[in-house]
Amino acid sequence: MPDAEQPRSVAEVREGLGEAGYLADESSALVSFLAQRLGKPVLVEGPAGVGKTELAKALSRHTGRPLIRLQCYEGLDEAKALYEWNYRKQLLRIQAEAGGEAEPPEGSWEATRGDIFSEEFLFTRPLLEAISAEMPVVLLIDEIDKTDQEFEAMLLEVLSDFQISIPELGVIEARTRPLVLLTSNNSRELTEALKRRCLYLWLDYPSVERELEIVRLHTPELDEGLARRMVEVVHMVRQLDLKKPPSIAESIDWARTLLLVGAEDLDRETFEQSMSIIVKHRSDIDLVAERVAVKLGDATPPAGAAGQTQA
Amino acid sequence: MISPERPPGEEDRVPGTAGSLLAFFEDLRSEGVAVGTSEILDAFAALEQVSWTDQRDFREALASTIAKSQEDRRVFELLFDRHFFRAAEAEALQHEVQEERYDGSDRLDLDELREAIRQAISAGSDGEMRDLARLAISAFGRRGERSGVIGVDVQRIRRALELQARGGSDGEQAALDPQEVRRFEQHLRRELERATIERTGKLPPSRPLAELDRTLPTSPTQDLAAVHRAVAQMKRRIATLGHEQRGRRRGRVVDVRRTMRASLETGGVPLRLRYRPKRPRRPEIYVLCDVSTSVSSASVFFLSVLHALHDSFRKLRSFVFIERISEVSDIFEHERDFRKISERVSSEGGVADVSGYTDYGRVWLEFGEEIAEDLGPRSSVIVLGDARTNGREPHAEIFGTIASRAGRTFWLNPEPRLYWNYGDSVMAAYEPFCDGAFECWTTKHLEQFVNVVAGGRPADLTRGS
Repeated sequence: MPDAEQPRSVAEVREGLGEAGYLADESSALVSFLAQRLGKPVLVEGPAGVGKTELAKALSRHTGRPLIRLQCYEGLDEAKALYEWNYRKQLLRIQAEAGGEAEPPEGSWEATRGDIFSEEFLFTRPLLEAISAEMPVVLLIDEIDKTDQEFEAMLLEVLSDFQISIPELGVIEARTRPLVLLTSNNSRELTEALKRRCLYLWLDYPSVERELEIVRLHTPELDEGLARRMVEVVHMVRQLDLKKPPSIAESIDWARTLLLVGAEDLDRETFEQSMSIIVKHRSDIDLVAERVAVKLGDATPPAGAAGQTQA
Repeated sequence: MISPERPPGEEDRVPGTAGSLLAFFEDLRSEGVAVGTSEILDAFAALEQVSWTDQRDFREALASTIAKSQEDRRVFELLFDRHFFRAAEAEALQHEVQEERYDGSDRLDLDELREAIRQAISAGSDGEMRDLARLAISAFGRRGERSGVIGVDVQRIRRALELQARGGSDGEQAALDPQEVRRFEQHLRRELERATIERTGKLPPSRPLAELDRTLPTSPTQDLAAVHRAVAQMKRRIATLGHEQRGRRRGRVVDVRRTMRASLETGGVPLRLRYRPKRPRRPEIYVLCDVSTSVSSASVFFLSVLHALHDSFRKLRSFVFIERISEVSDIFEHERDFRKISERVSSEGGVADVSGYTDYGRVWLEFGEEIAEDLGPRSSVIVLGDARTNGREPHAEIFGTIASRAGRTFWLNPEPRLYWNYGDSVMAAYEPFCDGAFECWTTKHLEQFVNVVAGGRPADLTRGS
């Protein structure tokens, strides 16, 4: 199977990801590099909103491979992930045959069967599509932890041998080796068998410095001092025990908002007005208002604010 | 620099780098990380692709192929440091290499040092932290404050440097990232160890990692961060457990109406069956927790976990008891910090009446009178306690009537099963009334149990009777 161009060093991958708009840390660059060199799938775990899916997209941009995405959910089955026979078309085909001739000729069933179980009557779903693609692709299997264990077992054949068996057609082998990323929010323990076939990458919230770089990359017009202060506040908010801690995407959104409203400094008022961009639960908002907002400097005397937080 | 070359001084090992790595994998296995042959092959394949001289690449390449969960990764980090530190030290001993010590420490001003260290910590620079850790050690060594016990010395130096992991609550100093402070402490520890090894000329025996993180907190002094981590992890996992049932294929019921509708597509031939969605079970939970000193931390921890998950229950009411019973549901609704919760539970619970000894009999009487009326077939009663009555009347028959009103009754005992019914424990009197009695002294036990309550299968649990 012809291989796509392979990176020569970790630094090269890192640079490439950076050009694709993704600032990778050492471990994600290294694991992406290894994944391409060893041709192994990568299992990416981490809290929601740290850029797991974004990593796959960036890899696709960087390597120039098209991205094929399989979003997992409860009850996802082969028909939605691998392939499905287009039975309506098959029915039509059979009916067309029956309607055309009054008496079917000998051996027509054999011919028909050979006919209706061919690729023409097959819906390809993401996994089959990734395997049978002419060009090497990036395959993203998103939120694998949402599916059940049976589905995981089904993936094993795809992930280790890069092939899919279709009983009526035989084994379809990959023409090119896809770069596979699986993401998981760690909401359940994945099976050992699946983990064994993958490289493991744990993504966590970035440090202040790195997040600042990311924010600056996406909103270069924002004043650096303000951006830093904003990222620091986001970190402070993440320290709290929230229902849903703010993701990186949300801090970028927040930076854009600050830019839009033309904020010059992140004082308490601005914070309380725009806080709903990073905190999205009623009880979280109360907690953040109580713990974080008070630490911010006051532009205006907080007459009503103190009472508000107690509500 | 830590070098990946050559194994430590033990004799029976394969020589060379491969041997050293294999020894490392063996270490990991002994700590419960599942390192299979295929992982080892992957690790070597990965190492062929990266430069070995960069410690970071080396470590990441190994970690990504060997440690396949966050838990494993933590063990990996701890062992990686220890293993290769020991390997390097063993090598140094063999060749009698001594590192040069910085001697200019008498010129050092403590305040300057303090400031430099704070800066290095907030900048998070590894190399600088290490150098400063050495300076700090020699500065304190000179002042003759060394106790010789590494743990004590680390804490002394830390205190003298005024590094508070929790940051300046007084607002005077900028808060330091507790993780970076911990890293600095690690450097201190490492350098102290190195000094000890150089002085004595031999390696200390290697010990297995403490099991601290894997057992439930038994005393309030234990690391709260670890507790928090455990709760957060469990929260995430259990939050999705009830849903798992919905996607299951077995035991589905065909929805005739929807099947007929779907069959219109195929000319009235029902090619595709439609099923009724499964409703997740959302039980009402009544938790009774013993908060006498022997089990109070485990109780508060357990309550925190349940309250973190309150979404999955229709109703959750929690009670604490020692001699009397008291409802604490609203404390958990308003507080999230584990430590504050335990403070408030002990200060506002008002449960220790006179002696502070648990009185199970009286608790059942009170519960039976005041709350038992609300119980119905949908409610689950969970009791967490060691069933040690201090010689008082257990009133098992009243517990029996409570249990018969409730749909399900579970008993969690924070003592290992081995100790049940010894001394004043009357577990045997209560156990027959329970749908299950579980030992519950590690986070794993707890997780399995919460799984059962949230509607999972009890298959993994060792049932009481």
